[in-house]
Amino acid sequence: MLRIDNLGKSYGGARSREVLRDISFEIRRGEYIAIVGESGVGKSTLLNLVAGLEVPDRGGISLDGVELTALDDTARTLLRRSRIGFVFQAFHLLPHLTVAQNVALPLSLNGIDPAQAAARVASMLDAIGLTAASNVYPRELSGGESQRVAIARALAHRPLLLLADEPTGNLDPATASQVLALLRDQVKRESGAGILVTHSAVAAATTDRVLVLTAEGLRPAASA
Amino acid sequence: MHALIAGSLRENPGRFLLAIAAIALGVALGVAVHLINSSALNEFELAARHLAGEADLVVRGPRAGFDEALYPRLARLPQVEAANPAVELEVPLAGRQDSLRIIGFDPLRAAQVQPSLLPERAGIVLDLFDADAILLSPAAAEWLHLKAGDPLAVQVGTRKVPLKVAGLLPRGAYRQRVGVMDVATAQWRLERLGRLNRIDLRLKPGTDVAAFRRELQAMLPAGVHAVAPDTEGERAAILTRAYRLNLDMLALVALFTGAFLVFSAQVLAALRRRAQLALLRALGVTRGALAVGLVAEGAAIGAIGSLFGVVLGYAVARYALSVVGADLGAGYFRGIAASLNAEPQALARFFTLGVLFAVLGAAAPAWQAARRPPARALRAGDEEEGLRKVHTLWWGVALLVSGMLLAAAPAMNGLPIAGYIAIGLILLGAVLVMPQLTGACLARLPSPAHAAAGIAIAQLKATPRQVALSVAAIVISFSLMVSMLIMVGSFRGSLETWLERMLPADLYLRAARFGETAFFTPAEQARIAATPGVGRVEFVRAQTLLLAPERPPLTLLAGPVDAGDPGSVLPLTAPARTTRPEEPPPVWVSEVAADFYGFRTGDRVQLPIGDAPRLYTIAGVWRDYARQNGAIAINRGTYVKVTGDTLVNDAAVWLAPGASVTHVQRGLRERLPDAARLEIATTREMRDLSLGAFDRTFAITYALEIAAILIGLFGVSVSFSAQALARRREFGVLRHLGMTRRGIGTLLGCEGTLVAALGTAFGLAAGCGVGLILIHVVNRQSFHWSMELHVSWLPIAGLAALIVAAAAVTAVWSGRAAMGDDVVRAVHEDW
Repeated sequence: MLRIDNLGKSYGGARSREVLRDISFEIRRGEYIAIVGESGVGKSTLLNLVAGLEVPDRGGISLDGVELTALDDTARTLLRRSRIGFVFQAFHLLPHLTVAQNVALPLSLNGIDPAQAAARVASMLDAIGLTAASNVYPRELSGGESQRVAIARALAHRPLLLLADEPTGNLDPATASQVLALLRDQVKRESGAGILVTHSAVAAATTDRVLVLTAEGLRPAASA
Repeated sequence: MHALIAGSLRENPGRFLLAIAAIALGVALGVAVHLINSSALNEFELAARHLAGEADLVVRGPRAGFDEALYPRLARLPQVEAANPAVELEVPLAGRQDSLRIIGFDPLRAAQVQPSLLPERAGIVLDLFDADAILLSPAAAEWLHLKAGDPLAVQVGTRKVPLKVAGLLPRGAYRQRVGVMDVATAQWRLERLGRLNRIDLRLKPGTDVAAFRRELQAMLPAGVHAVAPDTEGERAAILTRAYRLNLDMLALVALFTGAFLVFSAQVLAALRRRAQLALLRALGVTRGALAVGLVAEGAAIGAIGSLFGVVLGYAVARYALSVVGADLGAGYFRGIAASLNAEPQALARFFTLGVLFAVLGAAAPAWQAARRPPARALRAGDEEEGLRKVHTLWWGVALLVSGMLLAAAPAMNGLPIAGYIAIGLILLGAVLVMPQLTGACLARLPSPAHAAAGIAIAQLKATPRQVALSVAAIVISFSLMVSMLIMVGSFRGSLETWLERMLPADLYLRAARFGETAFFTPAEQARIAATPGVGRVEFVRAQTLLLAPERPPLTLLAGPVDAGDPGSVLPLTAPARTTRPEEPPPVWVSEVAADFYGFRTGDRVQLPIGDAPRLYTIAGVWRDYARQNGAIAINRGTYVKVTGDTLVNDAAVWLAPGASVTHVQRGLRERLPDAARLEIATTREMRDLSLGAFDRTFAITYALEIAAILIGLFGVSVSFSAQALARRREFGVLRHLGMTRRGIGTLLGCEGTLVAALGTAFGLAAGCGVGLILIHVVNRQSFHWSMELHVSWLPIAGLAALIVAAAAVTAVWSGRAAMGDDVVRAVHEDW
């Protein structure tokens, strides 16, 4: 479903450096993988490339048969809107929207009928156990609750691919464990596939397989 | 700390440049207006002083003057060392639409009283005794492109009187345009035989000038006054001070707007840097030191802006004086050639004022930032929380109510000080009630399904206090625009109504547009009346009356006004009083005259019309937009009976049925000698001329409106630029979720549109209030004429639409930082 071929990315400027070199991997439908690596090794850059937020210098990215590198910015944005979901380390719920409005945001962006969207939001809030909090604002939520809402938002429009960037980095171990379980459960139920970027072995262990990103490239964890 | 401030300046040069530009604009406006006016006044006073020379007193009469027998009586007084009789008149120039001030002196006496003006040197004085000789000041010679020996024709009555330039006054003797003649020649050639209107007196050393002036006044005929030469010069200052105050106030309004812009920029800057400021507090920087640092930032903006403003204002004043003229379109200093008189103290004052306003703008946000507990400020999303504590509603309401009450106060020392303070309070009050008012309005907005619009509305609803900052910028600028539009529109509308009333005939004849020596004789009047195609003619004689020496003379209009129905000719402000036969004859005073001299309908006043003062009844007050020094209307029959003066200046001609305008115009020109110099205009031409003059006078207000629009948009731009930077992660998240760059532009456009819509709605309300104060208080107290309210809704609606559209575009443009690639990376920043 997602195929990455010989991906390369460098950043220019005075301190020009190659961040990713010859990255290739593939994810099948229903698969949930982890990419682990040290800080600064290019994990977030890889996610940005997969999401079409940045353009690679070399290589190809094919999502569900669509070659992202052949699309312009608007087309990539529209593809991301309909087929990709995001979970961030810092939750990034929009502070001025209620919990329900935050979850409804991808549906609204995809032009889903408001009545259908409301039903889907209710179902997602029920799934994450926050139905009672639907009208509260993010500032009133705990870290764990915020990340659960972020997961609901990422999956509300049933994306093909979920990208999670250090989703438990700001949470205590107990909450992190609950969130990771929820994430796996929801990816398996609502999404085509998922990539979890983390430097936590505990978090990586909740996925189907683990890839390690180093300066030399990407390799399976088993051979580390 | 200093590094933080310097860093902020480096990071956001645009924001600071805008604030600097606003302060610079206010200071430049103030400096330019001040320099132009002070230069013109200085030149005016200098001219008056030069003309009086070494005279201790100047005896002044109306334009018609007084009997020359007064001169020997005064000259023989024991206190008088030297006296110089004079005729001083604005004389129309034949063949051009302008006039030249001509002074007829006794050249020999002038050597004693005005030695620097007419130095007694070989030739120059003797030259003046030629029957047609005139000496020109270098400025007049240059203006008329004449040199010694050239002919110069002036108009007296409807005749062309040829004069000859005998020479030029010494350079430096008199800087303005003037012609000097021998007094006897002037009396003869300008048809003032036996009349003088000025006598300059030099008193013997040791004479108590003030006591002698009082003694002398008792000897002078009615309407003739003895004044100190300084009073002559100060007259212009008195006449123009309301106009100058109005322009100064406009400059202050610009500065106030600049201060508001600094305030809004500093509030947002403090919010954006809240974490850094909180860190400084946590590291041990005291509240006072932090506040001083932030105020210093405002002072730096003020200092840079003021410096630019002073330089710009100086350049504008220099350009205006050399190219446009000194009167700023109001006509007070027509013909005055002024050189720039820039006092360093005045420039320093404006510089300080600019800094002060900027410091005032920066003070509140600085104090607010310094007071915020560091622990809370270090948390993200504290922006609105920080502003939530600012309770301004009741202060705002109190200021609004105070402003409205103060608007009812009378003029202070003849100036609308209370009116201006009222406007300031209302604008400030409007700004202070904005957070609550904006919040209340936003709370009522529905949440649309459209993602961008929904987020925009949710953002605005959640941050009413931040939104209020942008709204207030629009409120200030739009209210100023609306108030000026209402004021100018009302004035123009009232002027049009007035012109329709004052110009009921088909054609108007004027002996000359400028000057005081043109007139129609009775024979010419008869020829006008007998011209084929002329159905009816009404004649008007315009003279001047000097009622108070410190004021310019007012105009006496003797015309077809009928005691039984004065309202058919004069636009009365209230029903006229019908005088009884046993009462003194009626006169009708203009609003200006009523205010200046305290005339009330029903009063009996002594007026120096003719050679002896007589009692008249004030039978009504009328609106007169033409004569800024005041006017008194009298029935021409009464006037002729009292004065014996059968000359007229103007004629209103009604055509006979079937007659054509062109035919009658041609007939009039054929029947009147020197007809080419006469002004024969149709009602439409007269109307267009007056409205054209009006539009020129108010041209500066249109420039100010453009400035107000720009300043308002600056406010929106500053606010949205800061918000775009502050909300980078939010926009980054939206980009992650699939919102296109255009979608983010739409979001910002929606926010800009809503902010501007609220701003224009509240600005309209505030502008209407300010406009009413301008019309009924400021204008009435400044210029002493009333006007009806004429609101042109179409231009206001157009302007509102323009502001809303421009604000939307400005918001999108200012928020372009939110559409860049770095917002995507901002999502992964953890600070």
